[in-house]
Amino acid sequence: MRRWWFAVLAAVFLLSGVAFAATPKIGGTLVFGRGGDSVGLDPAFETDGNSFMICDNVYDQLVLYADESTDIVPGLATSWDVSKDGLTYTFHLRKGVKFHDGTPMNADAVVFSLGRMMKEKKVKFFKDKWEFPKDQPPAEYWLSMEMDNIIDSIEATDEYTVVFKLKRPEAPFIANMGMDFAAIVSPTAVLKYGPDFKSHPVGTGPFKFVKWIKDDRIILEANLDYWDGRPYLDQAIFRVIPDNSVRFLELKTGNIDICQFPNPEDIELAKADPNLKLVSQPGMNIGYVSFNHTKPLWQDKRIRKAIAYAINKKAIVDNIYYGLGQVAKNTIPPNMWGYNDDIQDYPYDPEMAKKLLKEAKFFEKLKAAGQTKITLWSMPVPRPYNPNGMKVGEAIQADLKKVGIDVELVTFEWGTYLKKQREQDASMDLFQLGWTGDNGDPDNFLAVLLDGYADPNVRTQWKNKEYHEIILKAKQASSKEERIKLYRRAQELIHEEVPLINIAHSLVVWPMQKRVHNFKLHPTGSVRLHKVWVD
Amino acid sequence: MLSFILRRTLALIPTVFGISVLVFFMIHLVPGDPAEMMLGERASEQALKEVREQLGLDKPLYVQYGRFLARLAKGDLGRALRTNEKITTEIADRFPATVELSIAAMIFAVTLGMLAGILSATRQYSVFDYSSMIFSLVGVSMPIFWLGLILMIIFSVHLGWLPLSGRLSYHIHIESITGLYILDSLLTLNWPALKDAVWHIIMPAFTLSTIPMAIIARITRSSMLEVLRQDYIRTAKAKGLAPRVVHYKHALKNALIPVITVIGLQFGILLGGAILTETIFAWPGIGLWLLNAVYARDFNAVQGGTMLIATTFVTINMLVDILYAWINPRIKVS
Repeated sequence: MRRWWFAVLAAVFLLSGVAFAATPKIGGTLVFGRGGDSVGLDPAFETDGNSFMICDNVYDQLVLYADESTDIVPGLATSWDVSKDGLTYTFHLRKGVKFHDGTPMNADAVVFSLGRMMKEKKVKFFKDKWEFPKDQPPAEYWLSMEMDNIIDSIEATDEYTVVFKLKRPEAPFIANMGMDFAAIVSPTAVLKYGPDFKSHPVGTGPFKFVKWIKDDRIILEANLDYWDGRPYLDQAIFRVIPDNSVRFLELKTGNIDICQFPNPEDIELAKADPNLKLVSQPGMNIGYVSFNHTKPLWQDKRIRKAIAYAINKKAIVDNIYYGLGQVAKNTIPPNMWGYNDDIQDYPYDPEMAKKLLKEAKFFEKLKAAGQTKITLWSMPVPRPYNPNGMKVGEAIQADLKKVGIDVELVTFEWGTYLKKQREQDASMDLFQLGWTGDNGDPDNFLAVLLDGYADPNVRTQWKNKEYHEIILKAKQASSKEERIKLYRRAQELIHEEVPLINIAHSLVVWPMQKRVHNFKLHPTGSVRLHKVWVD
Repeated sequence: MLSFILRRTLALIPTVFGISVLVFFMIHLVPGDPAEMMLGERASEQALKEVREQLGLDKPLYVQYGRFLARLAKGDLGRALRTNEKITTEIADRFPATVELSIAAMIFAVTLGMLAGILSATRQYSVFDYSSMIFSLVGVSMPIFWLGLILMIIFSVHLGWLPLSGRLSYHIHIESITGLYILDSLLTLNWPALKDAVWHIIMPAFTLSTIPMAIIARITRSSMLEVLRQDYIRTAKAKGLAPRVVHYKHALKNALIPVITVIGLQFGILLGGAILTETIFAWPGIGLWLLNAVYARDFNAVQGGTMLIATTFVTINMLVDILYAWINPRIKVS
């Protein structure tokens, strides 16, 4: 399937007259420079990008994401059927695939890999009655994706068929199965290594794990028997170089091939360097400002609109994101399916903002609430969707001052910030936060952030019945076309009701040596080296 | 002597206990919750509750402290919350890197620092004296971060003499025996690896050595000056002994006593991990690990790591005391 795509892509390049690089070369080593080490390599229990980066190459999931998009393509499952009521998913597995330890990948391995994360283990094996390990750490992703509320049971009905019974119709379920936590692991290896499996990962992926020197490097070698053809590289090394400037110097002097997350200033230097090139990809994220919807002050949507008119988003992206971002008009990023490009964003218009504030009697209401100013909570730490929460806060403070609103900036230590934000006490008026997508499904942004009707704990705590019904319908819809229609409508509603103000999506730009070919940044942030080759 | 050693060793127990109380409560009093840090934006009340339960963080603080002490008594530091790895393993993976770097830095600091101190003292108020003392002042106050980057730009980027960062080039492999790469490559007679490891350690070790070097130089100088004013030195000089013999045979031995204490203390400090040096030189040691643990509010790792470092520190302190008593018999009496 993916090979076929590759051929089409190549043909397109040739036809369009673009000089297509020489045929891929087999062999060689790629050295990847990154800012931090992996925490662990057992995909079920990891939460950080640096761990998933290795897992992406060592493991496969039942389904995979296509290159540079979040469309779902076959992985260890060659096909799957969904029952009419949306409650039964049947996966047909690829035959003859072996784990790196030589044991067979089969339906029982799938049941084991996912079943070990279930709270109530309603599973059935076909042949191998694997025992689940005891005393496991929390499966954080499984918990935060609420998989126990989605999956009822997992059953291997024959050697190559696995049936998932769901508790409720959930269209995004299939996208969840492409996420790192849903990777299929070798049960033999898990039981052999116990808690040390995370340092001895065994999967079916394009690369095999060789060695891990903590905080220094992880070495992977090509899996020559990979079901989708051997990787072009012989070896991949992931080096930890914590300081951004030093990491970039290592790239400039040719010691590493790819430099993850450089300082924005260094990107200009990379552009000027004849040996380097830049690869960029819009991040699957959103940085936003939202309102304390529990306070009467923010109930009037004219006031929320006024704030949207008053914020100069472009200035924020230009001056604080250093151009490594794009102004957001929707909550989901433009590279995600379902994106509604017809939305016309509120332009920067302080006069309009003043007019709306007056109309809605904002200052009278503020006084009645016993306030002379409002608070804007801002993150104390850089996040993928916002490089500097305090600076963005200062910019918004200055913008709102221009329409007559005095703003006090408030911040806390990060963990405390998250906790207090969830509690939403009356001292909070506006807050900044953001979201990084997990599975490439619009539901993962639109429900998780805004459907306070379904779950009062969503970050914005916004409750809107119409919105809730759209999101629920979209969860249960069986066809993608129908879901796209519903999500487009949801975005219109967000635009009209302004439960939050979308500020920016970040742009990920990594410099690398020109000798690296076919490296693609994925919107989910994953780094798959299967089709990468070097001169 | 034996009773002295015994007394000092017994005195360690209340010290280590005191450290355990301090470390435990300090890290728990810092705002922030490990579960919250792990889950980030996606923390829901339910997920947080389950994570806290599984990590044992839902228990009252005194229960957690009791468990920590009970484990500690068995020599078990527990598992890191973030990685679920045994803390002893986590430390064993990284401590050799720190030890190797500290030893190399101390070799720089002791040789260059003592040499500068002795020469300054014997040539008091000379140009050498002034310039070396100015250098030592600069050495103490220079930001490590800045120095490291400057050295890199000169010696790696422009001159290309030394590697930029890391402990070993990616194509070099060492069979790990002690975890000290230089020692391991010697033991396995792996000459390319030995050269590579030495090349890699020069810059970070020199950067790390600047502060102890400056301190050692100053202490050596002042201690040497004090000794040189003593009566027995005057007698030796009056006897007609050559200045070289007076300085190195008679004066130095006594002047070294306070210097040894300082060397011991400085070595102890370096063994606690050098966060800045390890960060810029991508040196996978204990300092970098501890910093990440603090960021993640990994209570167990911070407790275990600090306990180990503090115990190492007080142990070295004790060894220095014993050494001191051995060199200087006057101590024992008091």
